[in-house]
Amino acid sequence: MLDTLILSRIQFAANISFHILFPTITIALGWLLVYFKIRFDLSQHPVWMRAYRFWVKVFALTFALGVVSGITMSFQFGTNWPGFMETVGNIAGPLLAYEILTAFFLEATMLGIMLFGFNKVPRWLHTLATLLVAVGTTMSAFWILVLNSWMQTPVGFEMRDGVAHATDWFAIIFNPSFPYRFTHMMMASALTVCFLVAGISAYRLYRGDNKKAPRITLKTALFSAALLAPLQAFIGDLHGLNTLEHQPAKIAAMEGIWHTEQGAPLVLFAIPDAETQQNRFAIEIPKLASFILTHDFNGELKGINEFPDAHPPVAPVFYSFRVMVGIGLLMLAVAWWCSLRLYRHGELSQLQYKVLIGMSFSGWIATLAGWYVTEIGRQPYLIHGVLKTRDAVTTVAGEQVALTLIMYLVLYVVLLIAYVRTIFWLAKRAIDVEEYDLSLPGLPERKTPLATTGAEQ
Amino acid sequence: MSWLTAENLALVFGALTALSVLLYAILDGYDLGVGITLPMHEEAWRDTAIASIGPFWDANETWLVLAVGLLLVAFPAAHSAILHALYLPAALLLIGLILRGVAFDFRAKVKPERKRNWDWTFKFGSFLATFSQGFMLGIYVMGLEYRTGSIIFACFSGLCVTAAYAMIGNAWLIGKTTGDLQRRAIRQCKLAGVWTLAGILAVSAINPLVNANVYQVWTQPPLAYFFSAIPLLCFAMFALGYVALKRLPLPDDRGAWLPFFICKVIFICSFVGLALSFYPFVVPNQLTLYEAASSQESLTIIFFGAVIVIPIIAAYTAVAYYAFRGKADGLKYY
Repeated sequence: MLDTLILSRIQFAANISFHILFPTITIALGWLLVYFKIRFDLSQHPVWMRAYRFWVKVFALTFALGVVSGITMSFQFGTNWPGFMETVGNIAGPLLAYEILTAFFLEATMLGIMLFGFNKVPRWLHTLATLLVAVGTTMSAFWILVLNSWMQTPVGFEMRDGVAHATDWFAIIFNPSFPYRFTHMMMASALTVCFLVAGISAYRLYRGDNKKAPRITLKTALFSAALLAPLQAFIGDLHGLNTLEHQPAKIAAMEGIWHTEQGAPLVLFAIPDAETQQNRFAIEIPKLASFILTHDFNGELKGINEFPDAHPPVAPVFYSFRVMVGIGLLMLAVAWWCSLRLYRHGELSQLQYKVLIGMSFSGWIATLAGWYVTEIGRQPYLIHGVLKTRDAVTTVAGEQVALTLIMYLVLYVVLLIAYVRTIFWLAKRAIDVEEYDLSLPGLPERKTPLATTGAEQ
Repeated sequence: MSWLTAENLALVFGALTALSVLLYAILDGYDLGVGITLPMHEEAWRDTAIASIGPFWDANETWLVLAVGLLLVAFPAAHSAILHALYLPAALLLIGLILRGVAFDFRAKVKPERKRNWDWTFKFGSFLATFSQGFMLGIYVMGLEYRTGSIIFACFSGLCVTAAYAMIGNAWLIGKTTGDLQRRAIRQCKLAGVWTLAGILAVSAINPLVNANVYQVWTQPPLAYFFSAIPLLCFAMFALGYVALKRLPLPDDRGAWLPFFICKVIFICSFVGLALSFYPFVVPNQLTLYEAASSQESLTIIFFGAVIVIPIIAAYTAVAYYAFRGKADGLKYY
């Protein structure tokens, strides 16, 4: 007999992990496109339109994957986790409904105008549509992060007969961990896009594209990354302090602290052993964890031992956290290294191009690792202190869950490969063609001298 | 707002959910239909057919998210009962929707030699989605039970719903295209219409036989007299549609949108017919709207949001349809 609980958890993890890859890109890429479009409207310089044209294709593909993988999510709650809505439906329901009503329709409808409407609607409307798509994706991130944060730090409700009833919607929406989680995720999206844009632009330049558009996008992406990476580290730190206050067991797992101690060391690397409740092969910096989290070298940090029946599994949280932080620091270093060189010499070295190409999708790994920290770190609860994951699971037979899980996994692997290959193929094709050809009729409203000559001939 | 009682709210949200399902069936219906009958032998036709739905399919699909979302938030017990019973077909539906949704974008961006594979994926995904939907409808009508009889019926229902989508999809193409592609759409629309009619007749005959209270709804005077207008209108539309399709295409493209309009009326009639048959049940013979509804306070909150936002959605949807009015030309990504 297959275990429905563990299979449902894997299935949900697989679906949401696959899904989040694409919004992580579209949230920030939408705003980058707004920037390109406004620069074009202001300057009429075709290079901005070329940058827009290329990246709007990536956006469209990414958006499509995000939409269809998101539909799966709205079914998952009912198919695999009926206990979730039974217990907190009165709170989760309105939040999800507002997400659909205020965000999904807006972005989906405006996307049509943004992708196909350039020649059909007035220029300002096309720019407005681009803006509204970005607003829509951000709104949808807002609502879903409200819900997720509320699951981590639930407030503003009361339990009556085992069912949560809202008492204060303002408190629910701006629950204690929401501001941190939302900003942290927005920054994660921005950095993911910075490295995607930098990587793909580097690929085009490395392959001998001598057009101006990839140079401009490379510069935009690298300078933004150099600015945002330290900011993200700072926000991440605040988020950590917030977690310490509300979910100390998660921090204990992240830092690998088995027993409450004063002056806890920062564990750089170790193999956490749940049997012996110890870290093996630990490399530590004395007292640093206490200092980072309590701003006191001898501050006390609670260990796993304080939460005998309600602590997350240590190893996955511990490793994921190190992957996230590691990639974050790598991004910081690479962004500054490349930005400085670009600032001084106007172009990058071959090695730098290669490093950037290799890091095109590094944001995905960091984002996923970060989500694993926070979601696995919430276990054994589904809603912290309110509902345990195992109490919300469906009664569908394990075999059915296993069957659908396999179908989803196969599909996701195929689609991921196709997606990454297609992005690089688009980049390769862009080397030889001009994205925005001024000689085509009807494109620029105010004709540049070049286009006017073309029309006279 | 004293009239916002728990009962009224349940009714309002029942109506909203039903409206979303209906809008989904009509709107995503036409773009799924275009997918099912995608002409595989002529690439230019495929480009035009897909261009005709390009700006719309994403928003169309959002109605499904809203319908399932409303069911989830307003009737959580029904959402879990229905999707629990329809676990596997729902998974197949999702896989179909994923395949066609991504194929739609991949086809325009991959290497030329791979485009045809994605077109097949688009067609297959569309078929898988519509068949699963029809299958789910069939099982739902049969009381969410898997017996040999109900599975056979659900498969038949899967084919007929596929036909109905093919019908409305081709009706859309008649309005959106010209020339040979339009003539092909007229032929396909006729063919799909016959199957759709067969499906509607079969459901109309079997449904009252299986469910005693459905029989009552349609035979109990005096309401039954009013209700009988629905099937009469529906069959009249089939007759009118047949005449119209025989004469199309007309010079100056007159009446090119008539079939699509007729299809919409047929969809509405069929849907209202089904809704009347099952009211007040949301899970056939097990759970009524009123039993399944969420708490009054959270429904009230969603209600006000919906009242404000849905007109705005309608307004910008209208802007989008206005912007892309007329025949589909070679739409390109910008």
